[in-house]
Amino acid sequence: MEALKEELKSKIIEQLNLEDVSVDEIADDDPLFGDGLGLDSIDALELIVMLDKDYGIKLADPKEGKKIFESVGTMADYITQHKTK
Amino acid sequence: MKPVYINSVASISAQRTFDNSVFLDEITEYTDNVIRVIDPNYKEFIPPAAARRMAKGIKMGVAASKIALNEANLENVDAIITGTGLGCIADSEKFVSKIIDDNEEYLTPTSFIQSTHNTVAGQIALSIKCKGYNFTYVHSSVSFESALLDAKLQLEYDEAQNILVGGVDELADHHIKIHKLVDHIKADVVNSKELLESNTEGAVFGEGASFFVLSNKKSDHTYAQVLDVATYNSFSKQELQSALESFLQENSLEISDIDIVAMGNNGDIGYDGYYDALSHGVLKNTAQTYYKHLCGEFNTASSFGAWMAAKMIRTQHIPEAIKLNGMEPSKIGTVLLYNQYRGENHSFVLLRGC
Repeated sequence: MEALKEELKSKIIEQLNLEDVSVDEIADDDPLFGDGLGLDSIDALELIVMLDKDYGIKLADPKEGKKIFESVGTMADYITQHKTK
Repeated sequence: MKPVYINSVASISAQRTFDNSVFLDEITEYTDNVIRVIDPNYKEFIPPAAARRMAKGIKMGVAASKIALNEANLENVDAIITGTGLGCIADSEKFVSKIIDDNEEYLTPTSFIQSTHNTVAGQIALSIKCKGYNFTYVHSSVSFESALLDAKLQLEYDEAQNILVGGVDELADHHIKIHKLVDHIKADVVNSKELLESNTEGAVFGEGASFFVLSNKKSDHTYAQVLDVATYNSFSKQELQSALESFLQENSLEISDIDIVAMGNNGDIGYDGYYDALSHGVLKNTAQTYYKHLCGEFNTASSFGAWMAAKMIRTQHIPEAIKLNGMEPSKIGTVLLYNQYRGENHSFVLLRGC
């Protein structure tokens, strides 16, 4: 689980081009949207594509996204339970 | 009709031109067939949250527009008009490559959203909250001139008072690869000082963004007046000379009224003959300058030429590096710009000191 969280942090930084953020600066329970990393709706789309491409998870209900993408920790939990690759 | 003035200039190029306090004092020489811009610190102009989604061309355009607005002491304008030959080609390449690499699945939104030709003008408008006229001209090597002409007409008819006009194009990997394959980029590297003596086909490609605040009111920091802009699709070298004479005649000018001509020679043996037709013909007794050895060839390189012409008029100085025939006028009043690319999309721009 810890390795997955680190992997997710690196992927978020790389795919969303967060130049001024390092893996160490993202806590597992930091909010990804709003006050935390300050991600927005376009980033949410990028994360949905990442789940599909890298972990084989297709989000059927967009409303699920709000809970899944709350933090790196919630993302890692969801991926662990639902990944198909 | 109201006169049209250039009230500020800004350029991001392969030279340190983003600093308006100097004018080609120090030249960066290149020995290459592709030259890239010297980047300013983009963080000074663009918030990190916005910059992270921007490819180079967008950053160059937004930063250059901010420099031009600052110099004109303006926070907003009535219109934003840009010219670009290829638009945001790097983002276009990125999302098209992803479609291929991922078997038409997993298309992410960012590069697709940012890939339009109007992205630069759109991002400038968003950053300064400009809700006015926003337009981008895409017409090969007369893209910038088309934008300039639109702005000129709007200002002359007082439909706007201040317009931000610019030309921007960026280099991207696939774009370079394709143009090398078709010999539009020189096969061998060339030293920038020897560009016009290369005697080879193709050009040294470059990139850049040059922006201007145009106004129908003169200010303390006005650089020059834009007298006229004309574009032509194609003509022969013989027709070029008569086209220039007609253009000048329409402005009640003669060849002898031109103090300096700034020409877009790019060292392509196949097409520099157009410039030679003028520089060895009707303009042989006129002070000649050139600039593509400094910025490279790209569809809106002529906006760098316009920047250079405006700076010459303002400073009354011709930097050594741009002198083509060594002649110097006693004063720099009227400057003619002539540009074409591969024998097509010719343009004349006429600036005058005021």
